[in-house]
Amino acid sequence: MSAEALQTPGRGSGFADLFRSRFLLKLLVAKELKVRYRGSVLGLLWSYVKPAVQFVVFYVALGIFLNMERSPTNASGLPNYAIYLFSGIVLINFFTEALGNASRSIVGNGGLIKKIYLPRQLFPVASVWVSGVHFVPQIIILLVACLFNGWRPGLLQLAAAAAGFLIVALLATGLGLLFGAVNVYFRDAENLVDMLLMIATWASPVLYSWIMVRDKLGETFFTVYQLNPITVGVEAFHFAFWLPTTDGAESIPPHLLSVWIPVGLAISGLVLLTGQLVFRRLEGRFAQEL
Amino acid sequence: MATAIEVSNISKRFVLRHTRSMKEAFVWLIKGRKGDLSEKFDALKDVSLTVEQGETVALLGLNGSGKSTLLKHISGVMRPDAGRVGTRGRVAGLIEVGAGFHHDLSGRDNVYLNGAILGMSEQEIAEKFDSIVEFSEIGQFIDTEVKFYSSGMYLRLAFSVAVHTDPEVFLVDEILAVGDEPFQKKCIDKIKELAGEGKTLVVVSHDLDLVSRICERGVLLEHGKIIMDAPVQDVVDRLRGVA
Repeated sequence: MSAEALQTPGRGSGFADLFRSRFLLKLLVAKELKVRYRGSVLGLLWSYVKPAVQFVVFYVALGIFLNMERSPTNASGLPNYAIYLFSGIVLINFFTEALGNASRSIVGNGGLIKKIYLPRQLFPVASVWVSGVHFVPQIIILLVACLFNGWRPGLLQLAAAAAGFLIVALLATGLGLLFGAVNVYFRDAENLVDMLLMIATWASPVLYSWIMVRDKLGETFFTVYQLNPITVGVEAFHFAFWLPTTDGAESIPPHLLSVWIPVGLAISGLVLLTGQLVFRRLEGRFAQEL
Repeated sequence: MATAIEVSNISKRFVLRHTRSMKEAFVWLIKGRKGDLSEKFDALKDVSLTVEQGETVALLGLNGSGKSTLLKHISGVMRPDAGRVGTRGRVAGLIEVGAGFHHDLSGRDNVYLNGAILGMSEQEIAEKFDSIVEFSEIGQFIDTEVKFYSSGMYLRLAFSVAVHTDPEVFLVDEILAVGDEPFQKKCIDKIKELAGEGKTLVVVSHDLDLVSRICERGVLLEHGKIIMDAPVQDVVDRLRGVA
């Protein structure tokens, strides 16, 4: 061991650290999952109850009152609006939870970060991971609902769903690293994130159809709209889960698979790199700022 | 003997920012950056220290002299503004044991979590698990949530995990006031045993009798500077004379 060179302590090596500390990452995720619903009667059931209530509220308000659902008296609505709505909501819920918790993860674990050196990226990444675990029961409900409505997916649909999830997960991790680090210096970041999350639900075609956006804004602005990776992720989910349950007459955004999914992946990747870069620049002073 | 820790000319300035909101910073900016948004405080000034492998060093000094800050630089929690720190081999900090504990997890889960935080692998923890529990004297309570532990049990378990991490360099910060007298003696014996095995030890403590029993070399800090570096007894004598 004396042959080893002197090393500078406290200098992380970015994502390589995550791989090296995967055991710790696993434990941090397990810890979060264990303590999340401690002392509550319903426990993990809350992961089902909350999205279910949210779904019912949106479905009644938008699907029925605001005529989004297609019915014999309303031919202009979306067929199977319930599935359309739910497939978008599960993805947005994942994003909301992941980014919200990742942004708070560094400040929340301040006690530890101030005292012991460990790769700090672990905390935001663990938050996103935990959200991914909570996403599983929701996606199962979605799959069951889809199967009842005649969903028979092909490989293309499954690949699109995976890509959609990946786009959103990368984006949440990138933004989580960015805001998690900034939050140490300015606690305003938390509130900024809350605001962004509120916008995120409405800035993607979760509750309404992408066609409305194109018709109101025109082609140019629609392109801008499409640059939002969450939009692409939601559309990919619609393509994967909702479209096969309809008669196929509905249209998906042009070039979704050939252009927009790769673009979405690229933008999310870029956000992740930026977040990582900012995080590494700021993490050196975490211990004294917390 | 090879060098275990090399600290060359490090300085650290703390910015004591009073505010943590963008509004204040913005107001300060548009007022033409008048006044200082923050106070500055030099915690370490051009400190250099070389520790050989197997040495036992006590960092001594009054409150606020920069001992703990120096230790945090060696552990990598903080990075210096100027200068360089180098360490060889695994460094483990017994800095506030139990920092990584979670109240709602059982003792067993916490041993794994804290062990991993301190850099142990899954296999290592599994191998040493029995030894950790035995040393902590927790016994049957290992599967109880730690929030039901007495503070003594809590510290004993935390300390036990920390001493089992088996690093080459141990950093110890004011944690020797662990548990009751017999357990404290056991901890000190364990630390002495580690020192005997040739581990490098850096201790921060105000308990002068204790450090003079464990350590050989004493380093005295005052206002962020090293003012004395000598055998521990000489440094303790001087500190007692000053105080």
